[in-house]
Amino acid sequence: MNTHSRLEHCFAALKQQNRPALVSYLTAGDPDAETSRRLLHGLPEAGVDIIELGMPFSDPMADGPAIQKAALRALKNGQNQAKTLEMVRSFREQNSTTPIVLMGYYNPIYCYGVERFLSDAASAGVDGLIVVDLPPEHDEELCQPAAQHGIDFIRLATPTTDAKRLPKVLANASGFIYYVSVAGVTGGSAPTPERLERSVAQLREHTKLPIAVGFGIRTAEQAATIGRFSDAVVVGSALVDCIEHASTPDEAVEQVHSLVSELAESVRACRTASEPQVC
Amino acid sequence: MNQFVNLPDANGLFGSFGGRFVAETLMPLILELQDEYAAAKNDPEFQRQLAYFQGDYVGRPSPLYFAERLTEHFGGASIYLKREELNHTGAHKINNCIGQVLLAKQMGKKRIIAETGAGMHGVATATVAARFGLPCVIYMGSTDIERQQPNVFRMKLLGAEVIPVTSGTGTLKDAMNEALRDWVTNVDDTFYIIGTVAGPHPYPAMVRDFQAVIGHETRSQMLEKKGRLPDSLVACIGGGSNAMGLFHPFLNDPDVQMIGVEAGGKGVNSGLHAASLNGGTPGVLHGNRTYLLQNEDGQIIDAHSISAGLDYPGIGPEHAWLHEQGRVEYVSATDDEALEAFQICCRQEGIIPALETAHALAEVAKRAPRLPREHLMVVNLSGRGDKDMMSVAHHLGEKFQ
Repeated sequence: MNTHSRLEHCFAALKQQNRPALVSYLTAGDPDAETSRRLLHGLPEAGVDIIELGMPFSDPMADGPAIQKAALRALKNGQNQAKTLEMVRSFREQNSTTPIVLMGYYNPIYCYGVERFLSDAASAGVDGLIVVDLPPEHDEELCQPAAQHGIDFIRLATPTTDAKRLPKVLANASGFIYYVSVAGVTGGSAPTPERLERSVAQLREHTKLPIAVGFGIRTAEQAATIGRFSDAVVVGSALVDCIEHASTPDEAVEQVHSLVSELAESVRACRTASEPQVC
Repeated sequence: MNQFVNLPDANGLFGSFGGRFVAETLMPLILELQDEYAAAKNDPEFQRQLAYFQGDYVGRPSPLYFAERLTEHFGGASIYLKREELNHTGAHKINNCIGQVLLAKQMGKKRIIAETGAGMHGVATATVAARFGLPCVIYMGSTDIERQQPNVFRMKLLGAEVIPVTSGTGTLKDAMNEALRDWVTNVDDTFYIIGTVAGPHPYPAMVRDFQAVIGHETRSQMLEKKGRLPDSLVACIGGGSNAMGLFHPFLNDPDVQMIGVEAGGKGVNSGLHAASLNGGTPGVLHGNRTYLLQNEDGQIIDAHSISAGLDYPGIGPEHAWLHEQGRVEYVSATDDEALEAFQICCRQEGIIPALETAHALAEVAKRAPRLPREHLMVVNLSGRGDKDMMSVAHHLGEKFQ
């Protein structure tokens, strides 16, 4: 039913340009509401193609220290589900093309109320959801209701997802597939590009959806290498680290946007460079 | 009448509670564990080994002891103590650890991890890891490390690496988050021994089954002593494994009343407590849906209890279901009530209970006096209190030299 989604438009346009999407992750409300708003609004201009916006949760079991701390900073400054949805709504008033995917854990959505959340998210302009602790075994909780609201449910595939399980993981997937590059938490180390390329190729045999790769991608060089064989490259902890290390809100905004620009430049060039090795 | 004992269903659900709310990375392993456990349940060789270690290593069966002086002290119901504190390592925790480590060996896992609050589960895990020659990492909140020093040293003596967890408030929930992060990172070679009837399916059912030896023994011991079933069962509840182990074999006996005692901290209305059923709402955490202490935005609130082992903002999903079904009555005891009951048990019976267990005894103090002597009340004496000497001394205003 979601035939002309922003995500589809985005991936179709990038296919024309023969380049992967740059996907950024930031936690909503990190380090505070106003700075977070400035960070979000500046992402498309800095070169982000798809925005992942984290819904902070007190107990982020799949996240490493960087994103754990980001969630705590945001919560301490009063971030909640309603404010996160409001951020998307205000972003949409100025930008109607860049897809926004909300990422997080199920409990804050469950407590907000699934139907209420989906209806508010759809009207705010949310395009997709990534919910780390909802495997396909629990599709009736959120994945299927999300489809009714025209919101894509982006599935995670991981190095432990074997051929036997893959069809189940892909069954109700939409938007794109997020390949988790390593078994582990966010912000860890990335595997070798060779192994990753094989995994992405195997995944392609089972799905026509675009494939994004994330977890452990920190530098422009890594983004370029991985962007040669994937449809999207996700960078999260490296951006979140910029916020932690900045001494003022202005510095945080500047540092994040400047790292984004660097990453954007590199994914734009990675498939057109004459020598793949140098990109 | 099997309405209470046929759960969970194939998806790990007890009504709407339980389930498998975990990251995809863990799902294949969770499913494999489910199959391995289902096979082990029906494997005579596995059951033989389990029975052997429960007997010769743990020291089972634990006695069902008629607490004559406690009975006289309260002047009502006849009080029986199920002496789980006499098990090797001093608590019921090892019943489950022995079962899970045998499964870990069977699955060819090379490394054991666990979370711990009071340290009893950590000690039991370190113990079985030592016995089976497996390296062991225990995650423990930094706050708990401070208040349970003797157990930290015990784990180290047993060869385990104790990793302090400083995130959150440095208690059990944070230790569990960190253990889950370790597991997702080392999923190929690592077995996570969860210490209570919580976590993703099959853990709540598996831990319950390993702990059900408590209830099965109680049943036959009481039949032997008095020729009938007990009238009531009382147990403390953090995650709820000692309670579930005692209750489960009696769930289909409608005349057996069951009372679970949550940690009321400074009082359920104070906001400083660990009573998920009495003061929480349904939510999803650590792989299962259950009652949680949380705010209206679904952010988890830190629990508070004098007892590190009950200091957890959730409860096993089967308890959440039994609560909604009304089969088990869930009450709470405050820090002060537990401390009082702790001292009564020491002086009347010469048994120093764990502070966790003292919460169950606090409920006995409220309930037993109103009941006739014919009423047979079994209390799960889930652990011994040696580990709590420093905490109790501190709360009683005594000083160690």
